[in-house]
Amino acid sequence: MSPARRREALYGLFFISPWLIGFLLFYVFPMVASAVFSLMDFQLANPDEAAFIGLQNWTRLLSDGTLHLALQVTFVFALITLPIGMISAFLLAVLLNSKNLIGRDLLRVLFYAPTMIPLIAAVLIWSQVLNPSDGWVNRLIESIGYDMSGGGRLRWLNDPERPALVWIAYTFIGLWGIGNAMLINLAALQGVPSDLYDAAWVDGAGWMRRLTNITIPMVSPVIFFNLVLSVIGLMQYFIVPWVLNGGSGDPQGYTTFYMVHFFKQGFVFQNMGYGATLAWLMFFIALGITLILFRTARYWVYYSGELES
Amino acid sequence: MTAIAPGQANVVAPQADKRIDYQKQAQRQDVIVALMVTGLAVFILALYLMPLGYALVTSLKSKAQTSAVGAPILPSMPRQYEYEGEVYDILRVPQDDGSTAEWALVQGRRRGVSDFVDPDNPEAGIIEWEGNWRTLAKVWEPNIQWSNYPDAWNFISFARLLGNTLMYAMVTMVGMVTASAMTAYGFARFRFPGRNLLFILVISTLVLPPQVTDLPRYAFFVNVLDWGGTWWPLIVPAFFGHAYHVFLLRQYFLTIPREMEEAAAIDGAGPIMTFLRVIVPQSVPALTASALFHFFYAWNDYFGPLIYLAGNRQAQPISIGLSEFNGLYSSEPQLILAASIITIILPLAIFFMAQRIFIQGIVITGVDK
Repeated sequence: MSPARRREALYGLFFISPWLIGFLLFYVFPMVASAVFSLMDFQLANPDEAAFIGLQNWTRLLSDGTLHLALQVTFVFALITLPIGMISAFLLAVLLNSKNLIGRDLLRVLFYAPTMIPLIAAVLIWSQVLNPSDGWVNRLIESIGYDMSGGGRLRWLNDPERPALVWIAYTFIGLWGIGNAMLINLAALQGVPSDLYDAAWVDGAGWMRRLTNITIPMVSPVIFFNLVLSVIGLMQYFIVPWVLNGGSGDPQGYTTFYMVHFFKQGFVFQNMGYGATLAWLMFFIALGITLILFRTARYWVYYSGELES
Repeated sequence: MTAIAPGQANVVAPQADKRIDYQKQAQRQDVIVALMVTGLAVFILALYLMPLGYALVTSLKSKAQTSAVGAPILPSMPRQYEYEGEVYDILRVPQDDGSTAEWALVQGRRRGVSDFVDPDNPEAGIIEWEGNWRTLAKVWEPNIQWSNYPDAWNFISFARLLGNTLMYAMVTMVGMVTASAMTAYGFARFRFPGRNLLFILVISTLVLPPQVTDLPRYAFFVNVLDWGGTWWPLIVPAFFGHAYHVFLLRQYFLTIPREMEEAAAIDGAGPIMTFLRVIVPQSVPALTASALFHFFYAWNDYFGPLIYLAGNRQAQPISIGLSEFNGLYSSEPQLILAASIITIILPLAIFFMAQRIFIQGIVITGVDK
């Protein structure tokens, strides 16, 4: 290496040193430690009694009924909330991209604003507007003809008769967080070359045809990006069930999310060994899903720059 | 349209009129489509922001008002009238002539005659009215409880929570932006062995579930360093940057033309000087976006304070204080909503002032990846 190149390399390492040191301290070492923890019986309350127990934590995964429930809850909830969130973010972006919209900039800002509301405040506001007696959601549903009297009253957050309602309620709350996905979709929509639409218009394609044959393929990379981030985020779904249902799992275990189980094992019971095992299981699941998504991407994600590279 | 002179009209009228008709029709159609699309957007927006409306309205009600039966949507109280030392509700009472009088109900009876008094004419004494008083509607008047806001502010010790949150957000913002900008510059401009691999590692930390590092970090900070109940475990890591900001700033630095740095180098400036004198001043929008994103992250942070500040109420940030308040005052929805709205004001104000910078930053990180 020439002296100039060596000097350049040293300066480069100097500039990235904050991140590099932080990466070692807060990522590499903890990950190694976490892997070691998962092989130990390690209670934080009495660290002196920590001992290696081989794969016992890992075999415990198989018999942990709460874990199985948590996996089921997390996945089913993801299957409900993910399509709703992604489709809403996409359709809102299409709407806000419309040339026919009056006051477009203002509407964009207003639609994005709820994403800026601190999560806890948003969660508390939703929990009130969903309250069974005088919340506006129930009043609205009542006003379009649904009978709310007696047992018909929808108790969104804790309805023993209809426990799945809590997932719909959480999905509503999630809709206040789609702003980023919406903006990224919007930016991608603006990047679709307009000559494609002109050509389609000449060919007589209607609005729906243009949407499915031009718009969606052209923005599919961004949809893919949003999908991967959403899946990883949903695996870590925690604050909403923790604040609204106290980690109790009510109603009927429907809010026993994976992260709630992990939090209890790791931070409430301070069982470092089994907690670390749960964390690694989550890592492998997230990695697996991400890899599967990347494998399927070639069938439905269209990269217009692909031929050049 | 007015340009067509009357004399010429005879000659060109048929064609020109037709063309004008088409134009008019097309314009009218555009207007109709625009109104429909905008109307749809406004309708969806109203539904989307409905919880905020509910929060605002309810935060201005008294506790009794939040659960009053038959009350109007806006904060209201039944109008009342004091008669001979007692307070009575005023009801709308239909009269024989078809009009409605607003009378105070003094004595309601299950059947037969109820006793009213006319507030405009109390000297007339008790008026007897025949019918079921229970079917009569109350007269509501606006009654806004501004005091909920100071009450919520005091109950929740908002000044202390705000101080803690601002301290955390500001201190970590400085560390986060400085460290991330340095790292981003290193990746954007210098060649060194393993650069691409290291950058892939930067990106991969973005998708790494934080849980795999949480427990050892916790054990280290709390048991080894004895930092439990302090802000240190949350502040120190910020001074080592974060992949999100590194990525955002690197993308921006890559767009800065190299000429200015080359000129600075010819003038004898070293890389550190070049970074401070050329890159930083050129990158104010990106650095601002990065700082704002971190500010919002810190303002929202719940999990970190939840695990590290447990047991130290004095150090709590807004997020924890608010959720604790929700548990303690669950029977006072109006106070919970007032506290929530107080929490929202500052972030929303910053967002509305800086929305352009904001939206650009999100687009950079989202579309370029």
